[in-house]
Order: sequence, then C-alpha cells, then structure tokens
Amino acid sequence: MQINNEFKPKIVAFCCNWCSYAGADLAGTNRLNYPADVKIIRVPCSCRVNPMFILRAFQRGADGVIICGCHPGDCHYTSGNYYARRRITLLFSMLDYLGIERERTRLEWVSAAEGAKFSATMNEFAETIIKLGENKRLEDLRCKAE
Amino acid sequence: MQRIGVFVCHCGTNIAGTVDVKAVAEALKNEQGVVFSTEYQYMCSEAGQSIIKNAIKEHKLTGVVVCSCSPRMHEATFRKTASSAGLNPYMVEIANIREQCSWIHKDMEKATEKAIILGRAAIAKVHLNAPLTAGESPVVKRALVIGGGIAGIQTALDIADAGFEVDIVEKKPTIGGKMTQLDKTFPTLDCAACILTPKMVDCAQNEKIKIYSYSEVESVSGFVGNFSVKIRKKARYVDETKCTGCGLCTEKCPMKKVPNEFNLGMNNRSAIYIPFAQAVPKIATIDPDHCNMLKNGKCGVCAKICTAGAINYKQEDEIVEEKYGAIIAATGYNPINLDKYDEFAYSQSKDVITSLEFERLTNAAGPTSGKLLRPSDGVHPHTIVFVQCVGSRCGAEDSKGGKSYCSKICCMYTAKHAMLTREKYPDTDVYVFYIDVRTPGKNFDEFYRRAAEEYGVHYIKGMVGKVMPQADGKLLVQGSDLIAGEQLKINADLVVLAAAIEPDKSARPLATMLTASMDTNDFFTEAHPKLRPVESPTAGIFLSGACQGPKDIPETVSQASAAAAKAIGLLCKDKLTCNPCVAHSDEMMCNGCSQCEKVCPYGAISYEDKEFRMPNRTTAIRRVAKVNPAVCQGCGACTVTCPSGAMDLNGFSNRQIMAEVDAICR
Amino acid sequence: MPSETLKEQVIRISGVNPLKCMRCGKCSGSCPSYEDMEYHPHQFAYMVEKGEIEKLMNSDSIYKCLTCFACVERCPRNVEPAKLVEAVRLVKIRQQGANHLKAESIPEKLDAELPQQAIVSAFRKYSK
Repeated sequence: MQINNEFKPKIVAFCCNWCSYAGADLAGTNRLNYPADVKIIRVPCSCRVNPMFILRAFQRGADGVIICGCHPGDCHYTSGNYYARRRITLLFSMLDYLGIERERTRLEWVSAAEGAKFSATMNEFAETIIKLGENKRLEDLRCKAE
Repeated sequence: MQRIGVFVCHCGTNIAGTVDVKAVAEALKNEQGVVFSTEYQYMCSEAGQSIIKNAIKEHKLTGVVVCSCSPRMHEATFRKTASSAGLNPYMVEIANIREQCSWIHKDMEKATEKAIILGRAAIAKVHLNAPLTAGESPVVKRALVIGGGIAGIQTALDIADAGFEVDIVEKKPTIGGKMTQLDKTFPTLDCAACILTPKMVDCAQNEKIKIYSYSEVESVSGFVGNFSVKIRKKARYVDETKCTGCGLCTEKCPMKKVPNEFNLGMNNRSAIYIPFAQAVPKIATIDPDHCNMLKNGKCGVCAKICTAGAINYKQEDEIVEEKYGAIIAATGYNPINLDKYDEFAYSQSKDVITSLEFERLTNAAGPTSGKLLRPSDGVHPHTIVFVQCVGSRCGAEDSKGGKSYCSKICCMYTAKHAMLTREKYPDTDVYVFYIDVRTPGKNFDEFYRRAAEEYGVHYIKGMVGKVMPQADGKLLVQGSDLIAGEQLKINADLVVLAAAIEPDKSARPLATMLTASMDTNDFFTEAHPKLRPVESPTAGIFLSGACQGPKDIPETVSQASAAAAKAIGLLCKDKLTCNPCVAHSDEMMCNGCSQCEKVCPYGAISYEDKEFRMPNRTTAIRRVAKVNPAVCQGCGACTVTCPSGAMDLNGFSNRQIMAEVDAICR
Repeated sequence: MPSETLKEQVIRISGVNPLKCMRCGKCSGSCPSYEDMEYHPHQFAYMVEKGEIEKLMNSDSIYKCLTCFACVERCPRNVEPAKLVEAVRLVKIRQQGANHLKAESIPEKLDAELPQQAIVSAFRKYSK
C-alpha cells in the first residue's frame, strides 16, 4: 500500500497460542516497540498454519508473512512445530519457484519468555519487507477491485 | 447473518491513552453484521460485563467482539458473561488491542488504525463462528499401575486408600522391584526388606488391589477416563489358586543350575522357583527355558511332590481385558550394561562388580549370606576401590552406551557401601574415586561427611583410567588424584563400579501403546517439567518413580504419591468435560488415506467403515476418519495434513482463519 | 592469520572444545607416560582453556606424549586431550619453522618391522 509516497507494508504474523502469542503479549507488557504494520493472527499451534493461508495472504496483497511457534522440543502439543517446520520449508521452495522473494516469508521460534526476541524479530522483519517493497508478483488484482 | 455487538474497552488509559477508542467503536459500527457498537472504561468490570449482557438481550446479538486485552487474560471472563446472557460462549472473539497494539505503539493515528483492523479481523471471524458445546465422557473408576516396584506399590496403595480399585501389572513373578534387592537404605540405614515387605503384604491383602504378577501389558486403546487394556498373563505352569508357596518343589527340582537373576547371577536357583522368601504373591513359577519337563518331557518331579496339585505343564498364556479410567506408568530403571567399558575389566574379572551386585554380596539373604567375600575365590577383600560415574555424565555422542545425565543415586549409595564396609570390616581400606560428590537431600551431605570423617573412607578426587587384573588375582587400579596432582596405582581386591541407570527396556514400547511422549534417553516426559511433573502430556497417563528420571527412594515415594493424588483427582470425577475446540472430519470429503492418524500426537483419530448412499439407490462402504473429541487436544496438525481438506478445527476453522487474513489484508 | 591468538590456533588445529571438559581426570588416570610429563592430559585441557599455551609449548610434555590415544578413547565427554597435545606441538614446530623429521629422510630410517601407525604418528609428531 502506498500512502503519500510512504510505503506501508502489510505484514501478517501467525502466532501459536502457547508460546509466540504469549511472547507477543510479553513484548506488549514490557512496552517493546515494533511497527504497527504487523498484525497477529492467533492459531492453536504453528502446525495449524496451512500453507494455503500464507498464499492467501500474499494473494490478498500482504507484503510479508511470518510464522512463529514454540522452540523445537517445547511444543505444547509435543511435535506440532516439527510438522510446521517441514511444511513451511517445502512452501519456501515453492515460493522460490513462483519467484516470490525468499525474505517475504519467515519461520521463527519465539518462546513465551522471549518478548524482546519477538519485538526484535518483528522490527527486523518489517525492515526487510520495506526494503523489498510491495509484493506485486502474487497479488491478485481482482481482490483489489473494491 | 450474524447480529454482532462490538465492545471496545479503554482499560483506563492503558488502551485509551494511545488508541482513539471512540473512533474504533465508530468505525467498527459500519462493518457488515454489526448491529451494536460501544466503548466503556473497563469492560471486564461488573458494570462493563452488564453492558455486554444487556446488549446481547436487547439487540438479540448472535456474536460478540470485545476489543480489549489479550484473550489469554480475559477470554474466559467474557465467555462466561455471554453464557450468562444466554449466548453460546464460543460466539465471543477478542481483538487484542492492548498488548498487541496500544502498549507497543506511540503514534495515536497508527495505533487507532491498527486497532480498527484487528477489530475487523475479529468481526470477520465471528461471522463464521458456530456455537460449540463441550462434550462429556464418563470415567471408569479403576486405575492401572504398570510396574510393581516401590513406585507402583506406593501409587496403588494410595489410590486404594482413597477407595478406588487398582490393578498392578508386574512382569516379574513378584512385586517389589529393585528395592527388594537392596540391603540397607540411605541415609538412615534401615534395611530395605524391613520397610518394603510390609508394603508388599499390604498390597496383597488390600481388597481394592489386584496384582497381575508375571504379566505384561499387551495393548492399550481408549482415552482418558476410558482406557481398555489387554494384559497378558504369562504361563507360570503353576495354578495360582492352588499353590501355597510351601517351596517343596523348589527343593526337589533336579535342575538346580539356573543363574539366579535375583542375585544377579552370582548363585543358582532351580528351574521351578520362588524369587525370594518374602515374594508377593508367594507362588512358584517354572522357568520354561530350563525345565526338563517342558523342554523334553522328562522329569515331572514337581508335579509328583506337590500336595496341592498346583503344577500344570499345559498352562498357556492368558489374555485379560480390563477397563481403566487412569493409567500410571511405574516401569522403573536398570543399571546399564558395562560390557563396552573394557578399561574397568568388568567382563574380564569376577572381582570387578557393579554396585547392585555389591548390594547382594552384603545382603543377609544374598549368595554369601551377607559376608563380604570376593566372588572369584571367596576370600575377604582388604582393599576395595569404588568408582563413581561409570557411564553417567558422558558426552552426548558417547560410543559405549554412556548416558549424558547424572544418575543421581550413586554418590549416596557409594557412601553407604563404603561406610558399611568400614563399619563391619575395619581392617579394610576403602577408596572412592569421585568427580563431584553430589548429595543434595535431607541429611545426605551429613551422611557423606560421616563416611569420610568418622569411618575414614578415602575420597579421591579423580577418575580411574584403567583396572588391570594381575596374575596373583589382585586388581591394579590406575587413576588420577587431581588434588595431589599424582597418578595413583592401587592394588585392590575388589572394584565396585557405580553404573549409570537407564529406564527399563519395556518403557519405550509401553510409551508407544500409551501414546505418551519420551525423551531421547527413554525417560517418560512430563506435561510440564516444573508445574506438572507427574503427568504425561497425554491425558489420563501419570508417571511414578524412576521411569520419569533417576530418583532415590524418598523421591520415588513422594512422586508415587503425587501421581496417585493426580489419578484420584481424575477418578473422583463422574464425567469429564472436553475442550470443544477439537478437530472433526467431513465424512463426505474424507477418503480414508490415514495421513491424519500419522500426525496426531494423541492417537485421537481412528477409522471406521461407514455405509454411504450412492446414486441409483446403491450404497457403498467407505473408510472414513473419526476424531475422538475426548482425546483430541485441538492442535490442528491433522487439518493441514489432510489432502482432501476434510479435516477442520472447531474455533479455528480454515474459513475463519482465511477470513481473518482477508480482513487484515483488506 | 597474524591476529589469531595462540589459544585460538590450538583450538582451530585440534578441533577440540576444552570447555567440554568436566575435570574428572580420567585422561590422566589412563595416561601411560604420566610420570614423564610435566603437564598431564587434564592440565592440557584446563590450560588451553585458560590460554596458558606458552607454558605448554615450553614444556617437554609435548614430546613425552606417546599419542596412544588412551585419553581420547576413555574420555567420557569426548574432549580428546591428545589432540590438544598434538596441536600445541604443531604450533611450536610452526613457530620454530624447523621440522624434527623430514619426509626425504624417512625411507632410510624405515624398518620392515616398524608398524605403519608408528611411522605416521612419528611423522605427525615431529614435522608440520
């Protein structure tokens, strides 16, 4: 989205309920800044994130998508984040094939105690997306015609 | 079409300080389906909640969006509010505009804009919410304890004490476990048998407790509150109901050269045997690998002399199926195999023994009747070297089967052995090679200091590098003394190795049956290492004793009682309410490919053959997935794996999450 | 690499992480040439960690090690002290720029009875 020539990226963050969402809450409690462009969607576990959701976000004009889960071995559901890791790795190669910049999607492990890591990751990710600019390749223009 | 009410909270100035709450309420009023929108200072307060309740009634709301703090904080509060106003609690969604908006942004304009978008996403989601009802499942008021050591015994006694029936499955012919093999117990030095055998007898006499000895768990199905377990009662070729335990058969049996596992092979037993005098149940068992009658049909002495007529050579394994509400794993531990530790000459010399073998050598009921004699020549040893941390605290990539953890009990039992040896035989020199002495426990460090100060045990900081058996039958022990900066050479008569302990081999297949998780060392994993230490992440499975990690007796008993308390808490309930946010499969779309079953960490998915109506009045039988809502924890792994899109998750459905994505990217 | 400290050199050459050592002393308990060495295998791990490489380089200990690898074999935490000894020796040889053993001189010294391993280890020991 371009407003007054200033690029305002749309970033969707999928956070698992048990670790990363709590980590995001902690970032809030500690008043650790990150850009307002990041909007969080709560999912029960990172393995609930269907690659379809990510593609949908890009199709609808998202400029970056980040998936956050519990650290390997810490999953509330014991193995969910391992499934997520494999699926997202496969999605990465598909996005590569489609010509979407690799940096637009990211998988991060954020624990419930890592508020600082959450905010640092989001700051850095937003910066990366701003550098990359608008996502034009996968955006479906039909979705824009409102 | 839903009728949605939006409630924006100021949270004092927490939200209102950086978010223009009036503008948010105003903007969200124009969203599709929103019939009511308001803001208030504290939505979670009594007054705030009555605003929501009144609006639900007045505007006939079918969905509620609260823009406030994190759902982790007040989701439950607002769900209760909705419920008390007659709305299904799962029709409430929270937009987190405090932790994830007002608190992290300083710019009023940007924060307000973000709050509106978060509100929109929640509204989009509520549109697709469906009323959910928490299911209920009955609880079978009976518990199963797997393993009959001190952990299993204590758990069973506590559960029985609370008035519930409990069964113990023990694979050996008697309950009692490792503790029956011990001599004295630290730090008070009371004899293990004196404190354990009364508990074993209590188990046998308690009418709520049923002991399946010489039995193993064959299969487990079902879920919390309603497990169905098949138990294999191995053939012991002796009728349990007739045998009186007189022991005449064990005396008369001609096959007397069977290594006695109770004494770790240091003496022999007969082919028909009772492991030890205080065994519970005290019933003879025939070892089919050594019994002449069972091997080649030539003998039958025991059957001839048994006055009770209990011997039955034709007995076969029997499978019993029972229902249980809770299962407690108490499978215990074993010392590791030391065959690969050539440097200690364990497999070369009879006089290099493990600490458990030392226990038997000093036990009055052991092979030497409690006299400390060298296994090789039966002579009293005058110099004894104890080596600690054999196979414990090894690097992760250790090739000899060493363990990376500290086995926890070795420092104390070695101090005990050293002390008792010096007490009984003051003419004996006792050396203990240690890396660190770890004695954190009540009266533990005092105990260790007593061994060193009052009993004159030589503690040497360092490790033994090599044990060399000499021609004269002595053992040359070469080790380092790090404090003196020397390499020591000690001519010893006996070397005792404090072998690391590992979980029993039966634990891993059992964990698979229970769908309970394990760590890389095959210890059962607890639901939370600090706050839920006796529960497995799998509902209805509890952990007792050393199957969860190395433990001494006091700790094992406390954990066993804790596991019992947790199991009793479950058995007390008549019904279990389940989380309704679980997966469900669309039978029309499912093609029975079994992908979902493989990713489910809880074993919640099964398959059934169902009849479907087909065109032209025909029917077809198809295999479709079925989710057990009592077991499913709602992680959603299956929903993504399903290739046909038949699996979906209540409360976080594909359409709901997509609607949120769309609303955010609009 | 001029900026590399002696400690970094030893760690790089040996590939050993001395921080893994738990100070049990099993290496020195195993060492057959313990009596001949001024610094013993467990001290190598400790002193490399502390960065006291020069003391080790100036000690005869680095030539007394038999490279029998008993310490490597028995170390419960796979620290591999013998590799540290060898690395210190290499650093010393490289600084001196003088090999104790030259490749050309080997054939005349060869003995048919000499095990291959001894030749290799001698060559590793006394040359770069």
